[in-house]
Amino acid sequence: MEALLAMLVGLITAAAFYLMLSGMLVRFVFGFTLMGNAVNLLIFTAGRLTHSDPPLIEPGQTGLAGPVANALPQALILTAIVIGFAMVTFLLILLYRTHHQTGTLDADQDAFLTEISLSEKGKVS
Amino acid sequence: MQSIILKTATRLMVGLMLVFAVYLLLRGHHEPGGGFVAALVSGTAFALFAITEGPAQLRRAIRVRPSVIAMTGLAVAAAAGFPALFAGMPYLTGIWWKIGEISLGTPLIFDVGVFLAVLGAIVSLLLALEEN
Amino acid sequence: MSRIFLTTETVPDCCRAGRISSLFPLSVFVLLCFAWPGIVNGHVYQAQSAWIPSLGLNLGFRLDGLSFLFCLIITLAGFFVTLFSASYMAGKPNLFSYFFYLHAFMVAMLGIVTADHLLLLFVFWEATTVLSYLLIGFDHENTTARENARQAILVTGAGGLFLLFGILLLKTMGAPMALSQWTQMGMDIREHFLYPFIFLCILVGAMTKSAQVPFHFWLPNAMSAPTPISAFLHAATMVKAGIYLLMRFHPLLGGTSLWMGTLVVVGGITALWGAIQALAPCDLKRVLAYTTLMALGILTLFLGGQTVASLTAAATFLLVHALYKAALFLATGSIDHQCRTRDLRNLGGLFSAMPLTMLAVAAATLSMAGFPLFFGFIGKEIMYEGALSEEMFPGFATLATLFANSLMTAVAGIILLTPFFGTRPPSLGQVHEVPWTMRLGPAVMGGIGVVFGLFPEWVSANLIQPAVFAFHPSREEIRLVFFHGFNLPLLLSMITLTLGSVIYIFRISLRHRIQDVIDRLWITTPRIYQKSLDAFVAGGTWFVRRTQTGMLHTYFAVIMVTVLLIAGWAWIPHMGAALIVPDMAQISIASGICLFILAATGVVLMAKKRLVAIGGLGAVGAGVALIFLMFGAPDIALTQLLVETLTVIIFSLVLLRLPLLRTVRKRSRSRNLFDAGLSICAGILVTSFLMGLLQVPLDRNLTTFFEHYSYVAAHGRNIVNVILVDFRSLDTLGEISVVVLAAWAGVVLIRRQEKE
Repeated sequence: MEALLAMLVGLITAAAFYLMLSGMLVRFVFGFTLMGNAVNLLIFTAGRLTHSDPPLIEPGQTGLAGPVANALPQALILTAIVIGFAMVTFLLILLYRTHHQTGTLDADQDAFLTEISLSEKGKVS
Repeated sequence: MQSIILKTATRLMVGLMLVFAVYLLLRGHHEPGGGFVAALVSGTAFALFAITEGPAQLRRAIRVRPSVIAMTGLAVAAAAGFPALFAGMPYLTGIWWKIGEISLGTPLIFDVGVFLAVLGAIVSLLLALEEN
Repeated sequence: MSRIFLTTETVPDCCRAGRISSLFPLSVFVLLCFAWPGIVNGHVYQAQSAWIPSLGLNLGFRLDGLSFLFCLIITLAGFFVTLFSASYMAGKPNLFSYFFYLHAFMVAMLGIVTADHLLLLFVFWEATTVLSYLLIGFDHENTTARENARQAILVTGAGGLFLLFGILLLKTMGAPMALSQWTQMGMDIREHFLYPFIFLCILVGAMTKSAQVPFHFWLPNAMSAPTPISAFLHAATMVKAGIYLLMRFHPLLGGTSLWMGTLVVVGGITALWGAIQALAPCDLKRVLAYTTLMALGILTLFLGGQTVASLTAAATFLLVHALYKAALFLATGSIDHQCRTRDLRNLGGLFSAMPLTMLAVAAATLSMAGFPLFFGFIGKEIMYEGALSEEMFPGFATLATLFANSLMTAVAGIILLTPFFGTRPPSLGQVHEVPWTMRLGPAVMGGIGVVFGLFPEWVSANLIQPAVFAFHPSREEIRLVFFHGFNLPLLLSMITLTLGSVIYIFRISLRHRIQDVIDRLWITTPRIYQKSLDAFVAGGTWFVRRTQTGMLHTYFAVIMVTVLLIAGWAWIPHMGAALIVPDMAQISIASGICLFILAATGVVLMAKKRLVAIGGLGAVGAGVALIFLMFGAPDIALTQLLVETLTVIIFSLVLLRLPLLRTVRKRSRSRNLFDAGLSICAGILVTSFLMGLLQVPLDRNLTTFFEHYSYVAAHGRNIVNVILVDFRSLDTLGEISVVVLAAWAGVVLIRRQEKE
């Protein structure tokens, strides 16, 4: 099962990179979101998928009755998901600002390039 | 949006979701849930509310500025670490008090801080985007 | 005491703080005086405290005769300069920074001369470089001042790197880093094959700081600093730091023919070139700057020697020069302050207007010219004695000293006679004497020159001898005397005075000739400096133009290729063993979910419409959430689902306001193929990496710890939550801060746009 997930992670990563390379900023954000999912899955798989019981201690007991899923990667992923969400939102707002300023969402277009370099020049002088 | 059915349903839903969020927050230490999840549930509820009623209504409904919520959350979470310092332990070590059957501890306060911080962040983003 | 400092004369209130702050160097000076008897008896005061023990770095300070001499000069000059500045700088902006830099510089300078550990010395050395940058460029709205400050920091900063390199070379050779341990060193560094490199590094450090040819050009340009700063940094203290360094290293590295030859030649050329150029400018301050070059050259020249006479000459002239040069700089500041000009062509006849300043200048210049009865005369006698006793090139040393001194005598005449005598140009108008705060420094320092000239034996016993003994093994008594009898040094002194007078008479025509020669020089270090600076900037611009194309695709592809190469370099040999074929016998619901996620990813990839892509993203997220749920992670499954919902909402909010995807122009086929190839490589790398990781046994130590203590110690049954809010709560605090910051930044971005 882990091998299957490893392949899935690789495929999502490839798709994410392809989207991020496209130069279209909207697709870049799509790729970024996919990337977040792939990384979360990677951490999850690296922590092994052996047991399907959640890491919860039964009421009335002080310890685990039997083996449970690895709690450590879960804690890592939980915050990673929320931070990833915050980052995607921030990226979207950046995208919005970029469009407002350059009038395009195509990072390869001249309008985009000239606008960016112009605003940089404006800062220097 | 103008649909009365949607509006009525939303009000009901938002109320239920907020109650559910508080429930998730409180039980988080023992069952699935916790500050992050509770914040996301209530954030979704507010998003729903903002879509049907408009951002101005949402602002009025929550009364407090969302950035203040976020900052309060951070402050609460950071403050939850101080009792440990007074007890001579490293910052943010959990300190517990037993009141009858219920045990209360700084990690629970910390979780409330997490809840407020994430909720504040989500709502301020939502409002900024909706009002734009 | 305090009443004297608090009385207001003609100075506005704002300078009181400056005056009061002059108590700081004064109190250090008084403290030093308590150590004086001990120093004369050869006692060395030491203080130590641990700094970075793991690197063997201690905050060790020691005060011996040499440090003591420097400390006296620094604190005394510091006191008068601070007092002078209080009036001179009155009404200028940023006075707080000014006095702060000034005192910080003084502390750093004291640190250099008292540091025991070489690296500590280096730290203070760099501190003076940075502070002198701030002080030279104090008038930072002036472009020239900024450029000159930059020149100073680039030249002296580069020299500082050489010094550091030299120190580290010494360390690798096993030489002790503490000055106090040098005497117990078992080996002789002079015989080591690295000796020439160490010598060169230390020398370049000293040469840049002490403005030796060919690194001299920054010093005259540093005259754009406020005049009291020039008096302090460029006459009495900072430029002497290089001299101090050479003195300190003298017992360790000195005595070889390399050391002697190089120092005599470099010092002699600097002295001559500085003295010649001193005749050229009309700006009084620049004249002084060039005479400082001459003095620094002379000092270097004498440090090339090995005899007691030569080193005594260096130590004596150090004191002589510090006294008269600081006095002259301050007096120049007074003239500039009262006349609003320091151009020699516009000055004259100030004799009656500024009599007290004139007296101070007279004392200082006569000492500078080396007239009998003045301390400078004593200094000149010992100079000739030292030059004649040099082991390498004594003839060159003597001639260089003779000519430089003669030129100095002429320049001393110019400085004294031109501004104060003759007729006063009408352009000057009414000129008044300066307040006492500005008179005190030149008067006292000029006066000390006279007193020392009358009691040379006291000076040699109490100041010069302890200083020389600190860096020379000889213990024969050093005596400076009033009159040596009729001998060669006296004859040379007479020649100097005569030659100086002749040069003074021809000063105007000489000024034009020298200026002419300087203008015609086809290769000069300032020009090389400017050329290389320009080339550096041009090279940087070219490099940035080439690498920073502004193309997102290029940046991203470069990053990816780099990562792939670095990771692949290590990983590809193991990749074959890592790749495993999934066990298809275990086909379960989970593999169905995997297929679903794959299909959804395909939808995102192929989507022509934005809404479809968003839907695909949501499906991928939901699929991932299902996987989490199936393998015992309800917490993150819930979180993932909720985040997916919110993400879709926010995507829709933003993207609905943006133009559609199809307005975008198509990419070329080769570009798409390149992207696809790169992405597939990355995917394979990640997959094989994860598969390899899965073949390594899992370390469950941490997990076991958390599982064991979750309820017992942290009172929580949900282990994931306990990790988040208890075991690793500091991490979580950091993470929610990131979330809040990201939201804050996003809101600010949108708000700014609304304002625009």
